[in-house]
Amino acid sequence: MTKWLSISDVKEIIAATSAEEVTASYLELIEKSSINGYTCTSDGALDTAKMVDKGEVAGPLAGVPIAIKDNISTKGLATTCSSKILEGYVPPYDAHVIERLKAAGAVIIGKTNMDEFAMGTSTESSCYGVTLNPWDHERVPGGSSGGSAAVVAAGESPISLGSDTGGSVRCPAAFCGVVGLKPTYGAVSRYGLISYANSLEQIGPMATCVEDIAAVMDVIGGYDARDSTSIDNKIDYQAALVDDVKGLKIGVPDEYFGEGVDSSTEKAVWDAIAKYEEMGASWGKVSMPNTKYALAAYYTIAMSEASSNLARFDGTRYGPRSEGENWHVMASRTRAENFGKEVQRRILLGTYALSAGYQDKYYLKALQVRTLVKQDFEKAFANFDVLMAPTMPLPAFKIGEKVEDPLSQYLTDVNTVPMNLAGVPCISVPCGSSDGLPVGLQIIGNHFDEATLIRAAYSFEKNTDHHKARPGEVA
Amino acid sequence: MVYENPDGVRIGLEVHVQLNKLNTKLFCGCSTDYHDSEPNTHVCPVCLGLPGALPVINEKAVEYAMKIGLALGCDIVEQTQFHRKNYYYPDLPKGFQTTQYDFPIAGEGKVVIEGEDGERDIGITRAHMEEDPGRLQHMGSIDKSKGTLINYNRSGMTLIEIVSEPDMRSPKEARRYLDKLRSILDYLDVFNGDLEGAMRVDANVSVFMGERVEVKNISSFKGAERALLYEIMRQKNQIRRGGEITLETRHFDEARGVTLSMRTKETENDYRYFPEPDLMPMRVADRVPAVAATLPELPDAKRNRFLEEYDMTDMHAKALTSDQDIADFYEAVAQNENIDSKDAAVWVADIFKGEWNYRDLAIHGRTNDPVTPPYSWVKLSGANRKDPTITSSIGSDDLIYIIGSVNNGEISDNSGIEVIRIILDEGGSANEVIDAKGLRKVEDDIVATAVSETIAENEAAVQDYLGGAEKSLNFLVGQVMKKTKGRADARQARELLVAALKS
Amino acid sequence: MITKDEVEHVGWLCRIEINDAEAEEYAVKLSSVLDYFGQLDEVDTEGVEPTYHVADIMNVFREDVVTPSLDQKDVLTNTAEEKDGYIKAPRII
Ligand SMILES: [Mg+2]
Ligand SMILES: [Zn+2]
Repeated sequence: MTKWLSISDVKEIIAATSAEEVTASYLELIEKSSINGYTCTSDGALDTAKMVDKGEVAGPLAGVPIAIKDNISTKGLATTCSSKILEGYVPPYDAHVIERLKAAGAVIIGKTNMDEFAMGTSTESSCYGVTLNPWDHERVPGGSSGGSAAVVAAGESPISLGSDTGGSVRCPAAFCGVVGLKPTYGAVSRYGLISYANSLEQIGPMATCVEDIAAVMDVIGGYDARDSTSIDNKIDYQAALVDDVKGLKIGVPDEYFGEGVDSSTEKAVWDAIAKYEEMGASWGKVSMPNTKYALAAYYTIAMSEASSNLARFDGTRYGPRSEGENWHVMASRTRAENFGKEVQRRILLGTYALSAGYQDKYYLKALQVRTLVKQDFEKAFANFDVLMAPTMPLPAFKIGEKVEDPLSQYLTDVNTVPMNLAGVPCISVPCGSSDGLPVGLQIIGNHFDEATLIRAAYSFEKNTDHHKARPGEVA
Repeated sequence: MVYENPDGVRIGLEVHVQLNKLNTKLFCGCSTDYHDSEPNTHVCPVCLGLPGALPVINEKAVEYAMKIGLALGCDIVEQTQFHRKNYYYPDLPKGFQTTQYDFPIAGEGKVVIEGEDGERDIGITRAHMEEDPGRLQHMGSIDKSKGTLINYNRSGMTLIEIVSEPDMRSPKEARRYLDKLRSILDYLDVFNGDLEGAMRVDANVSVFMGERVEVKNISSFKGAERALLYEIMRQKNQIRRGGEITLETRHFDEARGVTLSMRTKETENDYRYFPEPDLMPMRVADRVPAVAATLPELPDAKRNRFLEEYDMTDMHAKALTSDQDIADFYEAVAQNENIDSKDAAVWVADIFKGEWNYRDLAIHGRTNDPVTPPYSWVKLSGANRKDPTITSSIGSDDLIYIIGSVNNGEISDNSGIEVIRIILDEGGSANEVIDAKGLRKVEDDIVATAVSETIAENEAAVQDYLGGAEKSLNFLVGQVMKKTKGRADARQARELLVAALKS
Repeated sequence: MITKDEVEHVGWLCRIEINDAEAEEYAVKLSSVLDYFGQLDEVDTEGVEPTYHVADIMNVFREDVVTPSLDQKDVLTNTAEEKDGYIKAPRII
């Protein structure tokens, strides 16, 4: 069986052999893997595959393996957010997206590695150790959904789910040379996604091609009454797979090509824009003046929400429990001993930013800046159909390079956080390389205009070969 | 008489009312019917705070909250939302309580109580919605326990926290306020106050206009009065000894009847309130008319109407309207054309209610005919609060029959009371009980009673007869016949009258 | 700037045990991040409404209809200590 299969490849092979064989061969690949992309595989995967073969389970993804980021709750399968504080935690319920995937016949093959509680851009803060970038094992896969991107890039799963709070799907997609979508806020139910920053994050798919992104979105997208922020706005994702960008108006925000952007990356993105022009689209510059402050606003909001979201991990109902003479000491010790350093830093900062006397200076101010960032997008979309920019300002960095200085790592998120503040959808597609490492083109759309996003990304894919590049054989 | 409030007592109460008549909790579909269940059997990922679970607001809970707000005369806010109150405690599964902060669903209102010196308004500061934490059981006393046992069945139940102004000047006024609140809430049919933990009170107490002390963990109205009496005495003693009262939180130890200082490091400043990102704001103003239309006639309005429509004392009007079921029961009795409304008030308020309360019965059901007021027939069913297997029921037709039988002399007053007791204790209808127990006066007695009553009531005719006017005897015989509704025969009546007048 | 005392207070508020040396270290590391956040001060936000939610929706409710709860064993399976169906925790004070 060849690696790097698309959903339709997998379906063909299932038709010729069986779902069980496909799942078994993926499990074998995972077993032999050297990139540390998975935190665990599912015991139930083969059973599901067998049920597909017997016709007991059917649906659009029947027998198709999918890897799930370890912050998405899976009933009966450990879900740890790559944190010691959730060691041994097995959810008694499935996230909404997992229910949908199971109903569609998908095979949950395993859980993927991530930055602890999705707090990072490199997957280095995982309690399981870093996942290696399949293109260069000395480099990070990006984060926080590093595992989900790396296993797709390494051919260890055709598709995966990640979550994107400030770029956590798009960054590793760019670093690993795969496609990753962050849907509009409210397009995919967060029920069962372990919250890092609730008002910012969305679950999003990763795959080797846009077609598969659309196929997964048609399964996981749509309204869920259990998520009060879910919006009833039906989108037919696969219907948007149209190779035609004639008349498409592309906005190029200057602020996304700032000082820190690597020159090969910049070139790859401009080449992509030129390609679009060739394909019949037009482009123009657009100014998004508040981009500069988006990063500070983003981190303030994310840490504030996180400090509260992560309060429940106190050793009482789940997870390990440290010794202590009373409950408060037990909780304080459990949290000190089982949260990693970066998580502790963010909880402390978030607590500080929300505390009396500082809430207006930090949290409230950040929310006001968020409004301004959102308005930048509204203005831009008044004139353009999509915006384009580099997903990451630079290609995958070396493992260990930014561990000591958290701020330097935060700064790499500069091009991905504004969309989470505004809640708009965006997709990262491979568009070339820099020093043999993949570069991602980020296409940004208006609220619930995933159709335009998918059409733009699909057309690019149909007319270029960047997405066909594989680790070790960079195009 | 004006109450001087010699100790300058100021009491404000925060009452947490659990809306246990909702089918489900505030943010999840778990059943609220957990009171007789095993621990941790009425929980789901949401109310257990499992990672990834998300809340969704129970629409009915919002409606009930508005109902309460309106009944307390509060302004309902235009738009409201939930906030997170961040603090750590093992009964709090998420590490924060979802509550309301700057825009409570209901703003200022008032409750009228019978104060130390007449009617008095107690201001309501606000009423807001929040979730109940789980329940902790200390293995031993709170400070020396070997551990804490946690049951999350209560976690996520809807609470309405009603915050009053510090307008009460004595524990008695506080008790009256609580009784009145309970009465209003009962009318609204939003909660069952007899269930454990249905109404929990925190009290703010100060004396001589000094610093206030918060007393927490008061679980009953009787407890509230005791806790306040103790706390006022403690503060006064402290001041007498030259001590100072400092702002603090104290814990009421129900068993010992004392309040204990609880050192807590968190202050109001430390809660880091911020809007709950997982819940959307609620615009409720446009729902007010629809909710207002569902409000029943409330105790004060009913009392005024009773005073206007029926002949009764103010005391009876109050007693009859403190409970809606009793009020309806009364009206079903009083509306019977053979019953005098004042008589009915005495029978229902003084006798029947006394017997009902003596048996510690909680009304657990009622039937009525027709479905909407005014009812021609109301039947109350109750169960003993401590032993719910002991049940009673009685219909308004029973009381009508009893009052009628007393009025026409068929049974004595005491027998009438006895019949009520037997119905409550053993069951049966009034008619059956009167027959079975042989309470009906025999015919002769009825005639004899009528004769003596006639003599007593018609002195002039009696004197005329004794003075030789034989005709007056005919009149007296006629009176006896009327009283006995023709049951006596005229010859017997004449003989009895003559015998009585000659003796 | 965040002081060592503030770090300790914040550590207590968010129940993360911090020793003396760690408090020193945090005071430095957190201050540099807070400095960065401080650039928000530059932005003129006079009259700008905060965005708590990006979606402009309201009144999201559910009906008061019971849905199944978890089995007691599923509730207790992840806890460190249980007793007779209760979750057991250390004493509070
Ligand atoms: Mg409260
Ligand atoms: Zn629940």
